[in-house]
Amino acid sequence: MLELTDVHTYYGNIRALRGISLSVAPGEIVTLIGANGAGKTTTLRTILGTARARHGTVRFNGHQLDTLTTDRIVRLGIAQSPEGRRIFPRMTVLENLELGAFARPDRAAIAPDLDRVFTLFPRLSERSAQTGGTLSGGEQQMLAIGRALMARPALLLLDEPSMGLSPILVDTIFRIIQDINRQGTTILLVEQNARMALRVAHRGYVMQTGRIVLHDAAAALLRSDLVRKTYLGEK
Amino acid sequence: MAWWEVLVQQTINGLTRGAVFALIALGYTMVYGIIELINFAHGDVFMLGLFVSLAWFTLLGATQTLTGWQLVTVLPLVFLLTMLTTAVLNVAIDRAAYRPLRRSTRLAPLITAIGVSFMLENVALLWKGPAPIAYPDVFPSVDILREWFGVDSAIFVTTKDLLVVGATIPLMLALHYFVSRTTWGKAMRATAQDRETAEAMGINVERTILMTFFIGGALAGAAGLIQGMYYNIGQWWMGYQAGLRAFTAAVLGGIGNMAGAALGGFFIGFLSAWSDQYISARWTNAIVFAILILVLVFRPHGLMGERTPEKV
Repeated sequence: MLELTDVHTYYGNIRALRGISLSVAPGEIVTLIGANGAGKTTTLRTILGTARARHGTVRFNGHQLDTLTTDRIVRLGIAQSPEGRRIFPRMTVLENLELGAFARPDRAAIAPDLDRVFTLFPRLSERSAQTGGTLSGGEQQMLAIGRALMARPALLLLDEPSMGLSPILVDTIFRIIQDINRQGTTILLVEQNARMALRVAHRGYVMQTGRIVLHDAAAALLRSDLVRKTYLGEK
Repeated sequence: MAWWEVLVQQTINGLTRGAVFALIALGYTMVYGIIELINFAHGDVFMLGLFVSLAWFTLLGATQTLTGWQLVTVLPLVFLLTMLTTAVLNVAIDRAAYRPLRRSTRLAPLITAIGVSFMLENVALLWKGPAPIAYPDVFPSVDILREWFGVDSAIFVTTKDLLVVGATIPLMLALHYFVSRTTWGKAMRATAQDRETAEAMGINVERTILMTFFIGGALAGAAGLIQGMYYNIGQWWMGYQAGLRAFTAAVLGGIGNMAGAALGGFFIGFLSAWSDQYISARWTNAIVFAILILVLVFRPHGLMGERTPEKV
C-alpha cells in the first residue's frame, strides 16, 4: 500500500533522512519508534509532501507521491494527526472536524462519519461549539485524531498521539487506535512511547539519526535487546 | 451651526470616510492573514478601482447623473464590472510579483509590494496624467433632511451618504457570511491559522491565496467606485494616502482580524473627520500615524486583543 524506497530528506543542508525504506500493507498497524530527532516526524512529512525527498521514491497505491502536491496526496486517501495536534485554534471543534473532511468528494457520507467520531470521542460532541484553542491537551489530541478520521482515509498517519497525555488517557487513545484499525483503516504510528506502540502494532521500525536500524514484527521487537535497552529502559 | 450640529455633521462625514477605509483595510488584513504580507500596493488597487469604474461608466455611455431604471441597472453593473476588474488585477499582481517569492524571506515580497505600488501609480499617471481628474456626478445627490423630510437643518445628509453605507454594509455582511459559513471561507481561515495543517486537510493553499487576493481586490475596487461617486475627484497618488490610513485601520483592529479591520476603518474615518474639524486637516495625518505607532508599540496585536497564531 505504502512503500518508501531509499528516501533522503534534507532541511536546508541538514540530512534528516538518510535513506529510509519501509512499507505498510493494507490493514496493518505499523509503528515507527525512535528517540527525539531520529527522523520519525520527517518521515511522515515526506509521505504527506510537506517535506520533500531529495532522493528516493514514495509510492502509495500505485501513485508516486513525491511528485504530487500535499492536497493531491491527501485526496488519494492519506490523513494525518500531526505532532503537536495542530488544531485550528480559532475555529470550533465542529469546524475543525468539517475541515478534516474538506477533500472528500462523497459529501453525503460525512454526517455518519461525524457521528462515528462523536461516538469514539463523546467529549468532542459535548464541546462541538467551543473553539479548538480552549480545549485541554487531551481533548485536542482527540480532536486531531477525529479530524483525521473525518477524511475517511485509507491510511492514517498518527504522530505522537500519546504525547502529553495522562496514563489513563494514553490507554484510551491506544484502545481507540486499535478500534479504528479493526474498522478497516491502515495506520502508520509514530511514537516515543515504544512499549505502548509495539503492543498495538503488527510490525515496527526502529529509527536512529535518520536511518532505520531495526525492523521486525512488533512482538519480536519488544523482545530485542536493542529495543529493550534503548527504548524500554530495561537493563 | 450649533456645536452639536458640527459634531453630527463630522460624524456622518467620518462614517462615509470610514466605510471606504474599512473596505480597503479588509483587503490588507485578509492578505496579511494568509501570507503575512503587508501588501503596500493595495491602496493603489483602490485608486485604480476609481479610474477603472470611470472607464466602465464611460464605456456604458453613462457619464450623466443616473436616474430611474438607469440607476438600478447601470450602477449595479458598474459595481460588478469594477470589482471584477480590480479582483483580476489583484490576482495578477500576486501571480506575477508575490507568488514567485512565496518561499523566500518575508522581506522580499514586502519590498516587491512597494515596487508594485510605484508601478501602479505610474500606470495611473501615464493613463490619466498628473492633474486631478473630474469624476462625473453619476449618483443623484438629494438633500435628504430638507427635500424628503422638510426639516430645515444645518446638517447636510445626502443620498450619497446612504449609497456609501448601503453599498458597504451588504459587502461586509456578504464577506462575513462567506468566511464564516462556506467551505472555502473556512478553508481560508484555516490557511490563515495554520498553513501546513491546512494543506494536510487537502486544502489547495495556492487556490486559497488566489481567492483572498480576488476578494481583497474586489473590495478595493468597490471602495474606489464609492470614493469616485462620493467625492467626484480622483488622482494618481490618492491610493498612497488612503492605503496608509487603511493599513493603520487594519493594525488598529489587529492585523489578520477581519472584524477588527472593519471597525478600525470606521474608527480612522471618525478620527480623521473630527481631527479635520477640531484640530486641523494638516495635523490629521500626524494624528493617524501617531496612533499607528502607539498601537504598534503598546498593543501590537491590535485593540481587539486577538493574538495572531503562533508559528511552530
